[in-house]
Amino acid sequence: MPAPGQRVRVRDDWPETRGPCHIRTPHYLRGREGTVLRHLGDFPNPEDLAFARPAARLPLYHVLFDRTVLWPEGRAGDEVLAEVFGHWLEEA
Amino acid sequence: MTMSATADEKLLRALTALLGQKGIVTPDEIAERVALTDAASPGQGARMVARAWVDPAYRALMLADGTRAAETLGIPMRGAPPLGVLENTAGLHHLVVCTLCSCYPRAVLGYPPFWFKSAAYRARAVRDPRGLLAEFGTVLPDHVRVRVVDSTADYRWMVLPLRPPETAGWDEARLAGLVREGDMIGVTQVAC
Amino acid sequence: MLPEDRPRALHDIGGVGRFLCERVDPSPHALTEFDREVDGLRQVLAMKRLMTVDELRRGIEALPEDEYFGLSYYRKWLRSITATLLRKGVISEDELRAALAEEG
Repeated sequence: MPAPGQRVRVRDDWPETRGPCHIRTPHYLRGREGTVLRHLGDFPNPEDLAFARPAARLPLYHVLFDRTVLWPEGRAGDEVLAEVFGHWLEEA
Repeated sequence: MTMSATADEKLLRALTALLGQKGIVTPDEIAERVALTDAASPGQGARMVARAWVDPAYRALMLADGTRAAETLGIPMRGAPPLGVLENTAGLHHLVVCTLCSCYPRAVLGYPPFWFKSAAYRARAVRDPRGLLAEFGTVLPDHVRVRVVDSTADYRWMVLPLRPPETAGWDEARLAGLVREGDMIGVTQVAC
Repeated sequence: MLPEDRPRALHDIGGVGRFLCERVDPSPHALTEFDREVDGLRQVLAMKRLMTVDELRRGIEALPEDEYFGLSYYRKWLRSITATLLRKGVISEDELRAALAEEG
Protein backbone atom coordinates (compact mmCIF):
# COMPACT_ATOMS: atom_id res chain seq x y z
CA MET A 1 0.00 0.00 0.00
CA PRO A 2 1.67 3.26 -1.10
CA ALA A 3 2.35 5.69 1.74
CA PRO A 4 1.84 9.45 1.62
CA GLY A 5 4.73 11.04 -0.27
CA GLN A 6 5.45 7.94 -2.32
CA ARG A 7 5.97 8.35 -6.05
CA VAL A 8 3.63 6.23 -8.15
CA ARG A 9 2.84 5.73 -11.82
CA VAL A 10 -0.69 5.27 -13.14
CA ARG A 11 -0.80 2.07 -15.19
CA ASP A 12 -0.63 2.69 -18.93
CA ASP A 13 -3.56 0.37 -19.58
CA TRP A 14 -6.50 0.81 -21.97
CA PRO A 15 -9.38 -1.53 -21.05
CA GLU A 16 -11.42 0.55 -23.50
CA THR A 17 -9.73 -1.41 -26.30
CA ARG A 18 -10.84 -4.76 -24.86
CA GLY A 19 -14.63 -4.39 -24.73
CA PRO A 20 -17.34 -2.76 -22.61
CA CYS A 21 -15.96 -1.23 -19.42
CA HIS A 22 -16.44 1.58 -16.94
CA ILE A 23 -13.20 3.21 -15.83
CA ARG A 24 -12.76 6.00 -13.27
CA THR A 25 -9.10 6.63 -14.09
CA PRO A 26 -9.11 9.48 -16.64
CA HIS A 27 -7.21 8.83 -19.85
CA TYR A 28 -4.91 11.82 -19.32
CA LEU A 29 -3.40 10.27 -16.17
CA ARG A 30 -2.50 6.89 -17.66
CA GLY A 31 1.22 6.27 -17.74
CA ARG A 32 1.91 9.46 -15.73
CA GLU A 33 3.84 9.75 -12.48
CA GLY A 34 2.52 11.50 -9.40
CA THR A 35 2.79 11.59 -5.62
CA VAL A 36 0.40 9.96 -3.17
CA LEU A 37 -1.10 12.53 -0.79
CA ARG A 38 -3.17 10.12 1.26
CA HIS A 39 -5.26 6.97 1.41
CA LEU A 40 -8.92 8.11 1.24
CA GLY A 41 -10.48 4.83 2.33
CA ASP A 42 -11.58 1.60 0.68
CA PHE A 43 -14.51 1.56 -1.75
CA PRO A 44 -16.22 -1.09 -3.92
CA ASN A 45 -14.60 -1.31 -7.33
CA PRO A 46 -16.72 0.85 -9.69
CA GLU A 47 -15.51 -1.21 -12.66
CA ASP A 48 -17.59 -4.09 -11.26
CA LEU A 49 -20.44 -2.04 -9.75
CA ALA A 50 -21.18 -0.62 -13.20
CA PHE A 51 -21.94 -4.14 -14.45
CA ALA A 52 -23.81 -5.26 -11.30
CA ARG A 53 -21.00 -7.71 -10.51
CA PRO A 54 -19.80 -8.42 -6.97
CA ALA A 55 -17.33 -5.63 -6.23
CA ALA A 56 -14.29 -5.98 -3.97
CA ARG A 57 -13.44 -3.03 -1.73
CA LEU A 58 -10.25 -1.47 -2.99
CA PRO A 59 -8.01 1.25 -1.55
CA LEU A 60 -8.53 4.71 -3.04
CA TYR A 61 -5.71 7.29 -3.03
CA HIS A 62 -5.47 11.00 -3.60
CA VAL A 63 -2.63 11.41 -6.08
CA LEU A 64 -1.05 14.74 -7.04
CA PHE A 65 0.40 15.36 -10.52
CA ASP A 66 2.44 18.26 -11.85
CA ARG A 67 0.36 19.95 -14.50
CA THR A 68 3.32 20.07 -16.88
CA VAL A 69 3.71 16.26 -17.02
CA LEU A 70 0.15 15.91 -18.32
CA TRP A 71 0.06 18.32 -21.28
CA PRO A 72 2.84 20.16 -23.06
CA GLU A 73 1.66 23.70 -22.28
CA GLY A 74 0.69 25.02 -18.87
CA ARG A 75 2.29 26.77 -15.94
CA ALA A 76 5.02 25.06 -13.93
CA GLY A 77 3.87 24.69 -10.34
CA ASP A 78 0.20 24.16 -11.17
CA GLU A 79 -1.16 20.75 -10.24
CA VAL A 80 -3.91 18.20 -10.80
CA LEU A 81 -5.19 16.12 -7.88
CA ALA A 82 -7.30 13.03 -8.55
CA GLU A 83 -8.71 9.98 -6.79
CA VAL A 84 -7.08 6.84 -8.17
CA PHE A 85 -7.79 3.25 -7.09
CA GLY A 86 -4.82 1.19 -5.91
CA HIS A 87 -5.06 -1.36 -8.70
CA TRP A 88 -4.29 1.43 -11.17
CA LEU A 89 -1.05 2.40 -9.42
CA GLU A 90 2.44 0.95 -9.67
CA GLU A 91 5.72 2.00 -8.08
CA ALA A 92 7.47 4.77 -9.96
CA MET B 1 -50.99 27.10 -23.63
CA THR B 2 -49.83 23.52 -23.35
CA MET B 3 -46.84 22.14 -25.17
CA SER B 4 -47.03 18.65 -26.61
CA ALA B 5 -45.17 16.23 -24.40
CA THR B 6 -41.88 15.09 -25.78
CA ALA B 7 -41.03 11.44 -26.14
CA ASP B 8 -38.81 11.57 -23.06
CA GLU B 9 -41.53 13.13 -20.94
CA LYS B 10 -43.90 10.41 -22.06
CA LEU B 11 -41.27 7.78 -21.30
CA LEU B 12 -40.82 9.18 -17.78
CA ARG B 13 -44.57 9.11 -17.11
CA ALA B 14 -44.85 5.57 -18.46
CA LEU B 15 -41.84 4.36 -16.51
CA THR B 16 -42.96 5.83 -13.19
CA ALA B 17 -46.50 4.53 -13.73
CA LEU B 18 -45.15 1.06 -14.46
CA LEU B 19 -42.80 1.09 -11.46
CA GLY B 20 -45.76 2.22 -9.33
CA GLN B 21 -48.05 -0.55 -10.63
CA LYS B 22 -45.38 -3.13 -9.89
CA GLY B 23 -44.97 -1.76 -6.37
CA ILE B 24 -41.30 -0.99 -6.98
CA VAL B 25 -41.28 2.81 -6.65
CA THR B 26 -44.20 4.95 -5.51
CA PRO B 27 -44.74 8.58 -6.57
CA ASP B 28 -44.50 9.57 -2.89
CA GLU B 29 -41.04 8.08 -2.62
CA ILE B 30 -39.89 10.10 -5.61
CA ALA B 31 -41.55 13.25 -4.27
CA GLU B 32 -39.77 12.78 -0.94
CA ARG B 33 -36.35 12.59 -2.61
CA VAL B 34 -37.15 15.62 -4.78
CA ALA B 35 -38.14 17.62 -1.69
CA LEU B 36 -34.96 16.59 0.15
CA THR B 37 -32.78 17.40 -2.85
CA ASP B 38 -34.49 20.76 -3.38
CA ALA B 39 -33.76 21.58 0.26
CA ALA B 40 -30.00 21.29 -0.26
CA SER B 41 -28.52 24.59 -1.44
CA PRO B 42 -25.25 26.53 -1.49
CA GLY B 43 -26.50 28.19 1.70
CA GLN B 44 -25.61 25.01 3.57
CA GLY B 45 -22.02 24.97 2.37
CA ALA B 46 -21.85 28.71 3.08
CA ARG B 47 -22.81 28.11 6.71
CA MET B 48 -19.96 25.61 7.02
CA VAL B 49 -17.48 28.06 5.50
CA ALA B 50 -18.58 30.89 7.80
CA ARG B 51 -18.30 28.66 10.87
CA ALA B 52 -14.82 27.53 9.82
CA TRP B 53 -13.75 31.16 9.47
CA VAL B 54 -14.75 32.04 13.04
CA ASP B 55 -14.10 28.74 14.85
CA PRO B 56 -10.63 27.14 14.49
CA ALA B 57 -11.78 23.85 16.04
CA TYR B 58 -14.61 23.61 13.50
CA ARG B 59 -12.19 24.47 10.69
CA ALA B 60 -9.93 21.60 11.80
CA LEU B 61 -12.89 19.21 11.89
CA MET B 62 -14.08 20.36 8.47
CA LEU B 63 -10.68 19.74 6.87
CA ALA B 64 -10.33 16.35 8.57
CA ASP B 65 -13.88 15.07 8.05
CA GLY B 66 -16.23 17.13 5.91
CA THR B 67 -19.15 14.76 6.43
CA ARG B 68 -19.04 15.08 10.22
CA ALA B 69 -18.56 18.84 9.96
CA ALA B 70 -21.71 19.08 7.81
CA GLU B 71 -23.68 16.90 10.22
CA THR B 72 -22.54 19.07 13.12
CA LEU B 73 -24.50 21.93 11.51
CA GLY B 74 -27.56 19.73 10.98
CA ILE B 75 -26.99 19.12 7.27
CA PRO B 76 -28.32 15.63 6.41
CA MET B 77 -25.47 13.48 5.05
CA ARG B 78 -26.91 9.98 5.44
CA GLY B 79 -26.49 8.08 2.21
CA ALA B 80 -24.38 10.87 0.69
CA PRO B 81 -20.84 10.13 -0.54
CA PRO B 82 -18.03 11.16 1.84
CA LEU B 83 -17.35 14.90 1.75
CA GLY B 84 -13.79 16.20 1.51
CA VAL B 85 -12.90 19.85 2.07
CA LEU B 86 -9.94 21.55 0.36
CA GLU B 87 -8.55 24.69 1.94
CA ASN B 88 -7.45 27.62 -0.19
CA THR B 89 -4.46 29.51 1.21
CA ALA B 90 -2.48 32.59 0.21
CA GLY B 91 -0.36 30.37 -2.05
CA LEU B 92 -2.73 27.61 -3.17
CA HIS B 93 -6.07 27.81 -5.02
CA HIS B 94 -8.28 24.74 -5.57
CA LEU B 95 -10.63 24.29 -8.53
CA VAL B 96 -13.02 21.32 -8.52
CA VAL B 97 -14.12 19.55 -11.70
CA CYS B 98 -15.40 16.12 -12.70
CA THR B 99 -13.94 15.36 -16.12
CA LEU B 100 -15.67 11.98 -16.40
CA CYS B 101 -19.22 12.97 -15.48
CA SER B 102 -20.54 15.56 -13.03
CA CYS B 103 -19.68 14.52 -9.44
CA TYR B 104 -20.63 17.46 -7.23
CA PRO B 105 -20.98 17.93 -3.45
CA ARG B 106 -24.77 17.98 -3.72
CA ALA B 107 -25.41 17.34 -0.04
CA VAL B 108 -23.90 20.70 0.87
CA LEU B 109 -24.31 22.74 -2.36
CA GLY B 110 -27.49 21.37 -3.95
CA TYR B 111 -27.94 20.45 -7.59
CA PRO B 112 -24.85 21.00 -9.75
CA PRO B 113 -25.11 24.16 -11.86
CA PHE B 114 -25.43 23.88 -15.62
CA TRP B 115 -21.89 25.12 -16.29
CA PHE B 116 -20.34 22.50 -14.02
CA LYS B 117 -21.88 19.75 -16.16
CA SER B 118 -20.89 21.30 -19.50
CA ALA B 119 -18.33 19.66 -21.76
CA ALA B 120 -16.42 22.96 -21.99
CA TYR B 121 -15.97 23.19 -18.22
CA ARG B 122 -15.10 19.51 -17.82
CA ALA B 123 -12.53 19.58 -20.61
CA ARG B 124 -10.92 22.94 -19.87
CA ALA B 125 -10.66 22.96 -16.08
CA VAL B 126 -7.83 20.41 -15.96
CA ARG B 127 -5.90 21.78 -18.91
CA ASP B 128 -6.53 25.52 -18.97
CA PRO B 129 -7.58 26.38 -15.41
CA ARG B 130 -6.29 29.94 -15.49
CA GLY B 131 -8.06 30.72 -18.76
CA LEU B 132 -11.26 29.25 -17.35
CA LEU B 133 -10.91 31.17 -14.10
CA ALA B 134 -10.43 34.40 -16.02
CA GLU B 135 -13.76 33.80 -17.74
CA PHE B 136 -15.34 33.70 -14.29
CA GLY B 137 -13.55 36.95 -13.47
CA THR B 138 -10.97 35.27 -11.26
CA VAL B 139 -7.37 36.29 -11.91
CA LEU B 140 -4.81 34.76 -9.57
CA PRO B 141 -1.37 36.25 -8.97
CA ASP B 142 1.58 34.33 -10.43
CA HIS B 143 2.78 33.12 -7.03
CA VAL B 144 -0.50 31.28 -6.36
CA ARG B 145 -0.43 27.63 -7.42
CA VAL B 146 -3.61 26.28 -9.03
CA ARG B 147 -4.51 22.78 -7.90
CA VAL B 148 -7.30 21.34 -10.07
CA VAL B 149 -9.17 18.58 -8.26
CA ASP B 150 -10.64 16.02 -10.64
CA SER B 151 -13.49 14.37 -8.74
CA THR B 152 -12.98 10.91 -10.22
CA ALA B 153 -14.28 8.49 -7.61
CA ASP B 154 -16.13 8.12 -4.32
CA TYR B 155 -15.50 11.44 -2.57
CA ARG B 156 -17.21 14.74 -3.23
CA TRP B 157 -15.09 17.85 -2.84
CA MET B 158 -15.83 21.40 -1.74
CA VAL B 159 -13.44 24.31 -1.34
CA LEU B 160 -12.96 26.27 1.88
CA PRO B 161 -12.30 29.69 0.33
CA LEU B 162 -10.14 32.48 1.71
CA ARG B 163 -11.89 34.90 4.02
CA PRO B 164 -11.80 38.46 2.67
CA PRO B 165 -9.65 40.62 4.96
CA GLU B 166 -12.32 43.35 5.00
CA THR B 167 -14.63 41.11 7.03
CA ALA B 168 -12.80 41.33 10.37
CA GLY B 169 -15.33 41.34 13.18
CA TRP B 170 -18.28 40.18 11.05
CA ASP B 171 -20.60 37.65 12.63
CA GLU B 172 -21.18 34.19 11.21
CA ALA B 173 -24.52 34.89 9.54
CA ARG B 174 -23.19 37.96 7.76
CA LEU B 175 -20.12 36.01 6.61
CA ALA B 176 -22.28 33.14 5.32
CA GLY B 177 -24.23 35.64 3.24
CA LEU B 178 -21.07 36.45 1.27
CA VAL B 179 -20.24 32.90 0.18
CA ARG B 180 -21.51 31.79 -3.21
CA GLU B 181 -21.67 28.41 -4.94
CA GLY B 182 -18.74 29.20 -7.25
CA ASP B 183 -16.52 30.14 -4.29
CA MET B 184 -16.93 26.61 -2.92
CA ILE B 185 -16.04 25.01 -6.28
CA GLY B 186 -13.16 27.42 -6.82
CA VAL B 187 -14.25 29.28 -9.96
CA THR B 188 -14.57 32.47 -7.93
CA GLN B 189 -13.19 33.96 -4.74
CA VAL B 190 -15.29 35.39 -1.93
CA ALA B 191 -15.76 39.12 -2.40
CA CYS B 192 -17.38 41.72 -0.15
CA MET C 1 1.29 12.53 -28.79
CA LEU C 2 -1.40 14.18 -26.70
CA PRO C 3 -3.29 12.14 -24.07
CA GLU C 4 -6.48 12.51 -26.12
CA ASP C 5 -4.86 10.60 -29.01
CA ARG C 6 -4.85 7.44 -26.90
CA PRO C 7 -7.90 5.10 -27.14
CA ARG C 8 -9.98 7.05 -24.60
CA ALA C 9 -13.73 6.68 -24.18
CA LEU C 10 -16.15 9.30 -25.47
CA HIS C 11 -17.08 10.73 -22.06
CA ASP C 12 -13.46 10.95 -20.87
CA ILE C 13 -12.97 14.56 -21.98
CA GLY C 14 -10.49 16.11 -19.54
CA GLY C 15 -8.19 18.35 -21.59
CA VAL C 16 -9.59 17.26 -24.95
CA GLY C 17 -8.75 19.80 -27.65
CA ARG C 18 -12.11 20.14 -29.38
CA PHE C 19 -13.59 21.79 -26.26
CA LEU C 20 -10.70 24.08 -25.37
CA CYS C 21 -12.01 27.05 -27.37
CA GLU C 22 -15.58 26.67 -26.13
CA ARG C 23 -16.63 29.30 -23.63
CA VAL C 24 -18.35 28.15 -20.45
CA ASP C 25 -21.89 29.47 -20.13
CA PRO C 26 -22.10 30.53 -16.48
CA SER C 27 -25.73 31.66 -16.60
CA PRO C 28 -28.18 29.87 -14.30
CA HIS C 29 -30.40 27.24 -15.92
CA ALA C 30 -33.44 26.35 -13.84
CA LEU C 31 -34.26 22.66 -13.55
CA THR C 32 -37.62 21.53 -14.91
CA GLU C 33 -40.11 19.24 -13.17
CA PHE C 34 -38.92 16.52 -15.56
CA ASP C 35 -35.31 17.02 -14.41
CA ARG C 36 -36.24 16.88 -10.72
CA GLU C 37 -38.36 13.79 -11.12
CA VAL C 38 -35.66 11.88 -13.03
CA ASP C 39 -33.17 12.87 -10.33
CA GLY C 40 -35.53 11.73 -7.55
CA LEU C 41 -36.34 8.47 -9.35
CA ARG C 42 -32.65 7.63 -9.65
CA GLN C 43 -32.15 8.25 -5.95
CA VAL C 44 -35.02 5.94 -5.00
CA LEU C 45 -33.73 3.20 -7.35
CA ALA C 46 -30.28 3.49 -5.75
CA MET C 47 -31.71 3.38 -2.21
CA LYS C 48 -33.64 0.24 -3.12
CA ARG C 49 -30.43 -1.25 -4.54
CA LEU C 50 -32.03 -1.66 -7.96
CA MET C 51 -29.23 0.22 -9.71
CA THR C 52 -25.96 1.86 -8.67
CA VAL C 53 -24.70 5.27 -9.73
CA ASP C 54 -21.99 3.35 -11.57
CA GLU C 55 -24.63 1.58 -13.67
CA LEU C 56 -26.21 4.98 -14.39
CA ARG C 57 -22.84 6.29 -15.59
CA ARG C 58 -22.11 3.21 -17.65
CA GLY C 59 -25.47 3.63 -19.41
CA ILE C 60 -24.76 7.30 -20.14
CA GLU C 61 -21.27 6.49 -21.40
CA ALA C 62 -22.77 3.90 -23.76
CA LEU C 63 -24.93 6.49 -25.57
CA PRO C 64 -24.00 7.31 -29.17
CA GLU C 65 -21.83 10.42 -29.53
CA ASP C 66 -24.59 12.67 -30.89
CA GLU C 67 -26.82 11.80 -27.92
CA TYR C 68 -24.01 12.06 -25.33
CA PHE C 69 -23.18 15.61 -26.44
CA GLY C 70 -26.64 16.56 -27.73
CA LEU C 71 -29.23 15.45 -25.20
CA SER C 72 -29.96 17.33 -22.01
CA TYR C 73 -28.38 16.03 -18.82
CA TYR C 74 -31.51 14.40 -17.39
CA ARG C 75 -32.69 13.02 -20.73
CA LYS C 76 -29.43 11.06 -20.76
CA TRP C 77 -30.14 9.90 -17.22
CA LEU C 78 -33.63 8.71 -18.15
CA ARG C 79 -32.33 6.71 -21.10
CA SER C 80 -29.67 5.08 -18.96
CA ILE C 81 -32.15 4.30 -16.16
CA THR C 82 -34.62 2.76 -18.61
CA ALA C 83 -31.93 0.67 -20.33
CA THR C 84 -30.57 -0.52 -16.98
CA LEU C 85 -33.98 -1.55 -15.61
CA LEU C 86 -34.77 -3.42 -18.83
CA ARG C 87 -31.40 -5.17 -18.90
CA LYS C 88 -31.73 -6.27 -15.28
CA GLY C 89 -35.28 -7.49 -15.77
CA VAL C 90 -36.74 -5.06 -13.22
CA ILE C 91 -39.20 -4.22 -15.99
CA SER C 92 -39.78 -5.98 -19.32
CA GLU C 93 -40.04 -4.61 -22.85
CA ASP C 94 -43.68 -5.73 -23.01
CA GLU C 95 -44.58 -4.00 -19.77
CA LEU C 96 -42.90 -0.78 -20.88
CA ARG C 97 -44.59 -0.90 -24.28
CA ALA C 98 -47.98 -1.34 -22.60
CA ALA C 99 -47.26 1.52 -20.18
CA LEU C 100 -46.25 3.78 -23.07
CA ALA C 101 -49.46 2.88 -24.93
CA GLU C 102 -51.49 3.92 -21.89
CA GLU C 103 -49.80 7.32 -21.92
CA GLY C 104 -51.21 7.70 -25.45
